[in-house]
Amino acid sequence: MHNQVIGKPISRVDGRAKVTGKAKYAAEFTAPDLLHGVVVSSTITKGRITHIDTGDALALDGVVKVFTHQNRPKLAWFDMSYKDLDAPPGSPFRPLHNDRIKYNGQPVALVVAETFEQARYAASLVKIEYAQEPHETDLQHHLDTARKPASGLASLLKPPPPKARGNFDKAFTEAPVQLSTGYVHGFEHHNPMELFSSTVVYGKDGKLTIYDKTQGAPNSQFYVSQVFNIPFRDVRVVSPYVGGGFGSGLRPQYQLFLAVMAARELKQSVRVSLTRQQMFTFGHRPATVQHIDLGAQPDGTLDALRHAATAETSRFEDYIEVVVNWSGALYKAPNAQFDYNVVPLDQYTPLDMRAPGGVTGMSAIECAMDELSYKLGMDPLELRLKNYTEEDPNEKRPFSSKQLRACYQQAAERFGWTKRSPEPRSMREGHTLIGWGMATGVWDANQLPARAEAVLTVNGKLRVSSATADIGTGTYTIMTQIAADTLGLPLEDVLFRLGDTDMPLAPFQGGSLTAGTVGSAVKIVCEDLGKELLKLARKMPNSPFAKAKFDDVFFVEKQMRLKADPSVRIDLQTLVDQNGGRAIRTTATSMTNSLKQGKYTRYAHSAVFVEVQVDEDLGTVKVTRAVTAVAAGRILNPKTARSQIIGGMVWGISKALEEETVMDHRYGRFMNHNLAEYHVPVCADIHELDVLFVEEHDDVVNPLGVKGVGEIGIVGMPAAIANAIFHATGKRVHELPITLDKLM
Amino acid sequence: MKPFQYLRPTGVDAAVRDLTAQPDAAKFIAGGTNLIDLMKEHVEQPTTLVDINRLPLATVEELEDGGLRLGALVTNADTAYHPLVEQRYPLLSKAILAGASAQLRNMATNGGNLFQRTRCYYFYDTSMPCNKRHSGPSQGPAGCGALHGYNRIHAILGTESADGNVHCIATHPSDMCVALAALEAVVRVSGPQGERTIPIADFHRLPGDTPQHDNTLRPGELVTAIDLPANGFSHYNSYLKLRDRASYAFALVSVAAALELERSDASGDQISAARLAMGGVAHKPWRKTEAEALLVGQRPTPDVFGRAADALLDGAQGYGHNTFKIELAKRAIVRALSQAAKLEPTE
Amino acid sequence: MQTATLPTPVTQPRSAPPEPVGTGVRSFSLTINGAEYELNVAPWTTLLDALREYLDLTGTKKGCDHGQCGACTVLVDGKRINSCLTLAVMHEDHQITTIEGLADAQTGDLHPVQQAFIDHDAFQCGYCTPGQICSAVGMINEGRVKTDADIRELMSGNICRCGAYPHIVDAIRDVMQLNPTAQ
Repeated sequence: MHNQVIGKPISRVDGRAKVTGKAKYAAEFTAPDLLHGVVVSSTITKGRITHIDTGDALALDGVVKVFTHQNRPKLAWFDMSYKDLDAPPGSPFRPLHNDRIKYNGQPVALVVAETFEQARYAASLVKIEYAQEPHETDLQHHLDTARKPASGLASLLKPPPPKARGNFDKAFTEAPVQLSTGYVHGFEHHNPMELFSSTVVYGKDGKLTIYDKTQGAPNSQFYVSQVFNIPFRDVRVVSPYVGGGFGSGLRPQYQLFLAVMAARELKQSVRVSLTRQQMFTFGHRPATVQHIDLGAQPDGTLDALRHAATAETSRFEDYIEVVVNWSGALYKAPNAQFDYNVVPLDQYTPLDMRAPGGVTGMSAIECAMDELSYKLGMDPLELRLKNYTEEDPNEKRPFSSKQLRACYQQAAERFGWTKRSPEPRSMREGHTLIGWGMATGVWDANQLPARAEAVLTVNGKLRVSSATADIGTGTYTIMTQIAADTLGLPLEDVLFRLGDTDMPLAPFQGGSLTAGTVGSAVKIVCEDLGKELLKLARKMPNSPFAKAKFDDVFFVEKQMRLKADPSVRIDLQTLVDQNGGRAIRTTATSMTNSLKQGKYTRYAHSAVFVEVQVDEDLGTVKVTRAVTAVAAGRILNPKTARSQIIGGMVWGISKALEEETVMDHRYGRFMNHNLAEYHVPVCADIHELDVLFVEEHDDVVNPLGVKGVGEIGIVGMPAAIANAIFHATGKRVHELPITLDKLM
Repeated sequence: MKPFQYLRPTGVDAAVRDLTAQPDAAKFIAGGTNLIDLMKEHVEQPTTLVDINRLPLATVEELEDGGLRLGALVTNADTAYHPLVEQRYPLLSKAILAGASAQLRNMATNGGNLFQRTRCYYFYDTSMPCNKRHSGPSQGPAGCGALHGYNRIHAILGTESADGNVHCIATHPSDMCVALAALEAVVRVSGPQGERTIPIADFHRLPGDTPQHDNTLRPGELVTAIDLPANGFSHYNSYLKLRDRASYAFALVSVAAALELERSDASGDQISAARLAMGGVAHKPWRKTEAEALLVGQRPTPDVFGRAADALLDGAQGYGHNTFKIELAKRAIVRALSQAAKLEPTE
Repeated sequence: MQTATLPTPVTQPRSAPPEPVGTGVRSFSLTINGAEYELNVAPWTTLLDALREYLDLTGTKKGCDHGQCGACTVLVDGKRINSCLTLAVMHEDHQITTIEGLADAQTGDLHPVQQAFIDHDAFQCGYCTPGQICSAVGMINEGRVKTDADIRELMSGNICRCGAYPHIVDAIRDVMQLNPTAQ
């Protein structure tokens, strides 16, 4: 009732820093006598380095050292030490570990010089000879080696495929309407705009301050501490601004290792930045092959559902993502079967990329449902509603909240879905075919524990901090809003800081969990601060708050007031003044209520409706308009949340129509490893995108009732586009991206 | 980037002298948009850069024969937006504006545009085999990686050398040059032997067995201007570019179509002159006067356009990933000609 | 180079070349945001690296270093260019404006495009933002925009991986006071 700013479209609090160029990213911090490192990447895919000649490089002016596996310092021996907090089961890649080449583009040397220009040129002079061995990189050619992935810690947030239910084989065989279909997706690379960089400032005492591009400063600190055997207190990782992540910053990348190694060896500050080409030499969204079988009654009731996916991984780690579970949770088919396998290949381990697994699996099931709708002669939306479930069929438990039905209704109405002519190729203007398609989106609403600190300064300003990240999500802004509302302060009196391991621990930013996770910590720590303020108030002579409990007061307009009589009030400044000239400081941890949360499946949902124009002769596709309705609990800031959803929709357009890293499997090398040939949308590709937030109340997911919106925007989009293209053209394309040649 | 000597002459003769002093290792630099890109990739490794930006070649002048002279140093943006170009050579404006980005067009010059090198992935990656890049071991292995590799963006025409072999399937990436080919522009150059002119059709070359040579320029020659003939086909023209996204991408296929139509009788128009050139399909802008001849004297109909397309694409050969380009090119030609004839709207 | 690369000698300066600049570090000055900066850099230093690595003007971003993303967009004599594809030494006579020079130096008031980007939430991570804003300012100077479609096409040299495009168009339309329904 006293909310001032939560739920309001507040402009980003970090906006001014970002539009003036003052926001500093990892490569933009500097230090006296900073050295520059440039990475040399392997040009073969598998084999051994037989010879390295660094003579020409070292002979150049300004070149300080060339690090290779032959002269690197002794480091931690055990695999375990290289496991960062997001490492999948296996043996993590260790840069410059030995002469083995495990994938194409692997870092094989680091050239360190006084200037960037010297290091860049010297790197081109490092001569390396290899003994090549045959490699395997093509998922489609090695499907016969698919196997179950190893399980490990990562399984906590990534459950295995659901158990089979009913008797799929029998139900499918007997189903009057059957559909068997398959979908193939290629590699994708995150390509945040900021190049991966680490600036390692070497302190006089040997302590390191590391400006790293990461979605979790604590993970980088943990990794450096383990690998280099340095106490946590001697490694500070700072990351106030992150130029996009999309998952790429969930694991420390090799430039961090190389920069720290060089700084420690040379006892001097070092920066290592990767090139755009090198941005294609670590984690990526895995290539996948999926099969779906659906058996239905003529009225659309699903009897049988099978969803199987095979994805590539590296030889050294079993990366997994949740691909097939979503179909089982979304549709109540009583007979269902799920399977997920991996094929180890000679490439780097895949890495979570915006809605990992979710957008992959949902693209398949939502296209399959569309295919089925045409077989049935049924409206695609009606088919979804026919199989709508109020209970999670995978886990046989209720949803904490599920306003998906309202999403369907509101988005369909906004889009004008009822005016759709159901026949494919039935809507056109000249040689432009028009198609309308729809799909569903689902994503997790997880909460993890997090810590935060709150300080009310002697001037009555609130400083809140937590070692979380803001990769463009709006974390700075929504945390400021939460803190401001909790203690009744105006936004300008609140400063929220993040991205520093000197701050209280928070999980990395990923999985759409920051709003609920860190938001809860911020709320709790501000409440704790409020309790301290109440204690001070109670101690004051003749205090009208003497008998008040925390539940009896509220905070508004820089004051604490009694709920029972709001005219009883005291300025927060007056209370700080009672603290003996000292700031008031509290630290708190938000825990998850596993007992309560475990009884529910917690998902955000979306419904997406898309219009495309396809040139009948030339195959060009334009997404002319799209409407996404999202049910994601409480929306803390509709302005930044809308941006997140729109960003996800743009990603959906990209995945559906443009984005794919193409490998020449003869060489095991990605060929379009640059932003000219790895196509992501430009401004001219993006037309009308509309976002609706559907009201949804949820007191299970976390104390704020918020579900996070970083990923739900992309999940349904590719299928909706592919379905619209089918409606326009009558062509069902089973391989993404849908480029013009596939529609000619 | 390999270190180089940087020179900054102020006159054409001095520039030519500077370049000729080390012809194998020196390069002119104007806008730099492609050269610096390739120097960072170590595909180009000049030991001397001759900065020609202070040469007096940055004007657009009307010629006595009614044509227009575009100075080599006029930027692509200033050319595309020049009132005389917009009015008399709209095809050229459209082609330039279909290429690159506004920033790059502000940097890139008319002279430099002629020297754009291919976007072939294998050419750009010095660890991959490439006959076009190959001129010594420092620039990677020989061979054509694209021929049996990932060749979605590659050539379908003019790839065979005289011995029947294919040494290179790279394409020329320029949009501007496709329009220049259709307009029959003439390239003016200055060199150690003085000045000469080269018809645009003879400026770029097919790969043959020496794909490392993109053009027919002689050592030390500097492009000073591009002359446009008087006829700019300003009423009936179209530049159609097909690519993997709506902007800021190289052409899979592009078509410059230009027509003159005459009222033949009460029932309609007849084509009295035609020009047709394609980008993204060959080592140079692809034009065949035989295809244009099939249009002249005909009524502008899709059938007629289709016959011209077949003639222009005669001998087209796909290499796997790029085979779709043959059919795409045919449809693009028909569409572009239809747009030029105003039978179809342009986007 | 990872084949049988031969050592590549650094070129020796020629004797008495016209206007010699040579291969070594060269001293020159650049005019950036109205101020003169002295630089001592090799000629193969790009304008982008000169700004970021030598002058601590890190507002201009490096996103690809190959003219494929637009993050490095600056204004040279009022025209937008990619600073990664040009050499610093080529700009001795030019007026360079970077993101740091757009706001009013005296009052601190933001340039209207900067303010509109905040108001319309036309960015998320902020990394492409300086380039987007410089590009928008350059585009407005060019005077070729009449419709939303023009904005979209002429802003396509700036990639935003966060996907803020609709809001970028909103912000620029607002500054230019265009009619949102104009097509």
